[in-house]
Amino acid sequence: MSYITKSPWVIHYDGSSCNGCDIEVLACLTPMYDVERFGIINTGNPKHADVFLVTGSINEQNISVVKQIYEQMPEPKVVVAIGICATSGGVFRECYNIKGGVDTVIPVDVYVPGCAARPEAIIDGVVKGLGVLAEKKAAMKEKAIAVLDTEAEAPAPEPPIEIQVYGSTEPREHGGAHDASTPGKGEA
Amino acid sequence: MEFSIFSVISAVLYLLLGPFIGGLLAGIDRKITARMQGRFGPPILQPFYDVGKLLEKEAVTVNKGQDFYVMACLIFMIITGTLFFFGENLLLVIFMLTTSALFLVIGAFSSASPYSQIGAERELLQMMSYEPMVLLMAVGLYMVNGTFRVSEIVSHGPLSLKLLIGIFIGYLFILTIKFRKSPFDLSLSHHAHQELVAGLKTEFSGRTLAALEVAHWYENVFLLGFLFLFFANGTWYMAVIGVVVCLIAYFLEIFIDNVYARMKWQFTLKSSWLVTLVFGGVNVLMLYFLKAFSLIGN
Ligand code: SF4
Repeated sequence: MSYITKSPWVIHYDGSSCNGCDIEVLACLTPMYDVERFGIINTGNPKHADVFLVTGSINEQNISVVKQIYEQMPEPKVVVAIGICATSGGVFRECYNIKGGVDTVIPVDVYVPGCAARPEAIIDGVVKGLGVLAEKKAAMKEKAIAVLDTEAEAPAPEPPIEIQVYGSTEPREHGGAHDASTPGKGEA
Repeated sequence: MEFSIFSVISAVLYLLLGPFIGGLLAGIDRKITARMQGRFGPPILQPFYDVGKLLEKEAVTVNKGQDFYVMACLIFMIITGTLFFFGENLLLVIFMLTTSALFLVIGAFSSASPYSQIGAERELLQMMSYEPMVLLMAVGLYMVNGTFRVSEIVSHGPLSLKLLIGIFIGYLFILTIKFRKSPFDLSLSHHAHQELVAGLKTEFSGRTLAALEVAHWYENVFLLGFLFLFFANGTWYMAVIGVVVCLIAYFLEIFIDNVYARMKWQFTLKSSWLVTLVFGGVNVLMLYFLKAFSLIGN
């Protein structure tokens, strides 16, 4: 059994959310929803976090910030994109400064759509993320064993991590942002 | 130097059961805190899950020294408690306790992170606040019992509480600092705080953070043991009362934690020194006069 599923500490980052999703994330911590029941703690420190909650879409200025937070988190870790903005860019995706959903910058494991995503959906998304965490932990172990096992064979390929999907992950066209040909931009 | 089988047993019990009792107390703390806030709260065993999780995580450290310092903090904490439960000299125990705390500060200072640096500074302020009282406790216990040895205080000392009521109150006060509870959780808190209030552990992660957590469990059990010393006079009923008072004190700390906001460090320092002076100092002075007029023994 893995303890990682019993004590997921989350870190929350607001990309360019309208604050709707942020408030819903915070609502999860209130007595009403009380995610501490599941051992979930909201940390402000990527080095302590296991689950990265991102609300809002990624804009040109916070690309490096999101990447940095992600890289500072020790393995195993999962990323949960909360709200339709974080999933695909949402209503902001056409904006000049928006790069798109979180998955344009870092790998996302769980998508929680909704505008704003309801606290129930967020908790559900984090709990789905726990399954991914457990798989990643198992993969880490296998990798460690594979490294120890033999050097004669080629390094074992990383076991595929099945991405749990919450909502749709259909490839999205990325329009607008930097496209000079987009109508309505650059004119005038 | 006497060497009794009882000392050995209690030291071994502390070594083995210390973290379990400490972890359980931490779990109960979180549950009670949650209930006080109208929440359901995590399972009682949550602190153990947390530490288990931290041990499973990838090891990331900013420098090699840091891990060593935090491990030293844990080891000295274990030594502190073991010496105490073995019945050793109280002064030695207190110096070990300080060493352990200092290693933690050095560990935090060893990284360049500003949060870590501020956390270390605030931890030093905390130490400045509680150290005088801890030393006065040793002085008081010595004046009443005529010995620094814990085993003798426990087995055939008089009931220390009667003459040390001021020092007892002072100790309860600094216990809030030592347990890292509001209003005095300057550098580290057990709640999900960030940045300033979690400054000390900003750069610790994975196994290092787990070691710190286990050190806290050991420390809490030791601190409650210290409290027990006031009630020990070698009789079983006072032992029972002592344990009950320890639990009540622990509950009181949780309660205080939940009803107070965090104070500035200035308040922490001033108030704890004031309490030390008024309750601790006056108590020691009183003992001195009682002795001078031979109203008490030793
Ligand atoms: S999904 Fe809706 S509520 Fe959430 S950040 Fe985007 S616009 Fe705001």
